[in-house]
Amino acid sequence: MIDVKNLSKSFNGVTVLNAVSAHVNIREKIVVVGPSGSGKSTFLRCLNLLETPDEGEIRFDGELITAPRYDMNKLRQKMGMVFQHFNLFPHLTVLDNISLAPRKLGLMDAAAAEKRAKELLEQVGLADKAKEYPNMLSGGQKQRIAIVRSLAMNPRVMLFDEPTSALDPEMVGEVLSVMKKLADDGMTMVIVTHEMGFAREVGTRVLFMDEGSILEEAPPEVFFDNPKNPRLRDFLSKVL
Amino acid sequence: MAAFQEGFYRTFINNNYYKVFLDGFRATITIAVFAVLIGVSIGIILAVIKVYNHRTGKMKIARLFAELYVTVFRGTPVIVQLMILYYLVLIDIKSGVIVAVIGFGLNSGAYVAEIVRAGIMSIDTGQTEAGRSLGLTELMTMRYIIMPQAIKNTLPALFNEFITLLKETSVAGYITVIDLTKAADLVRSRTYQAFFPLISVALVYLIMVVGLTALQGVMERKLQKSDRR
Ligand SMILES: Nc1ncnc2c1ncn2[C@@H]1O[C@H](COP(=O)(O)OP(=O)(O)O)[C@@H](O)[C@H]1O
Ligand SMILES: [Mg+2]
Repeated sequence: MIDVKNLSKSFNGVTVLNAVSAHVNIREKIVVVGPSGSGKSTFLRCLNLLETPDEGEIRFDGELITAPRYDMNKLRQKMGMVFQHFNLFPHLTVLDNISLAPRKLGLMDAAAAEKRAKELLEQVGLADKAKEYPNMLSGGQKQRIAIVRSLAMNPRVMLFDEPTSALDPEMVGEVLSVMKKLADDGMTMVIVTHEMGFAREVGTRVLFMDEGSILEEAPPEVFFDNPKNPRLRDFLSKVL
Repeated sequence: MAAFQEGFYRTFINNNYYKVFLDGFRATITIAVFAVLIGVSIGIILAVIKVYNHRTGKMKIARLFAELYVTVFRGTPVIVQLMILYYLVLIDIKSGVIVAVIGFGLNSGAYVAEIVRAGIMSIDTGQTEAGRSLGLTELMTMRYIIMPQAIKNTLPALFNEFITLLKETSVAGYITVIDLTKAADLVRSRTYQAFFPLISVALVYLIMVVGLTALQGVMERKLQKSDRR
């Protein structure tokens, strides 16, 4: 579904991604782990073109999305993204946060968008928050709503950039369980996270990224129980 | 007391002078309202150009124009700008009120641009990224996500600018407009009565500013809904 070839990106002359190649099949749950600053976010943000790659190719369903003048807005409608800091729209109610994009992009009329938003809120147990503003919610609630906001676009892939890193420990579980349910429903997912338990349980493949390269790539059992790359072993010994 | 009544009569009733005040009031309101509309429109466009160039490096020529615009209109007195417009540039427009609307609008645009630019810059880039990642266009993201928050944050500064503009319209007399201030001056010079024309006009400005301040309060409370915890 997503095919990345020799992707490179640098900021101000500093190479952040170094000829990264990767592949995401439909319904896979790819987990990306690695030390901070290794380029995980940049990799994820290149996938939906929030960052413009310097070199390399990315294909989505066979289409070359890195081609000049590719319609990135259409692409992003099909790729949901969840951020570490939620980035809910503080001036809009929860309901409007969720229904804004489908309405403004003309995918649904206001009534249909509202109905869909309410259904989605129901699914994550937040139906009673529809009329509230983000400021009144806990971090865990905000992140669940951010996930729902992306889902309202009916994306084909969901990208998660450390979705639980900004949360108080007691709220991590509620977000991970929403993500797990999404995984069980068959969503294709690319997840950057430090939650190794979640990676092992939900991931179909785990990627280790270090200094802008993918150094190891394996199913979770092999990745965690039999790591080959010495840098990965070192990393795992610190985080497990 | 008799002198007081006499003064009032000569300023407002005699020769129907109250009509001069009413016409002046109408001119002042017209200039202020339309100048604010022009100023806000220009200001938002200039601010968006500047921020867009700052973040993407694109639209360099437009940004240079925006910078020149702000420099010129902030760097020269508004009276001089009005007179240049009236006597040199828009010589075919005979109506001083129309030239004043254009002049004050252009001038205010420079100030509003800086206010709105600061407002946009104060919004976290994560807001833009969230909007764009949903597939919203740059323009939609600006209009539905960034601008509402930026305007809310800059409301006090914007109203400050509106109040300044309203009071500054009192120099429109320099280009033959009979605004509220000029009306008072006319009546004063004909009646040899200074107290009533000047004090009453001062009161009218004061009431308008107090009204604007009240409107600001209403808008702030309305927009602050989302801040309640
Ligand atoms: N927009 C940017 N401008 C400049 N440097 C950046 C930018 N984004 C990321 N970087 C740098 O790129 C490196 C990798 O960042 P990132 O992809 O966020 O790593 P990770 O998500 O693995 O922590 C870091 O050194 C970071 O400072
Ligand atoms: Mg990161």
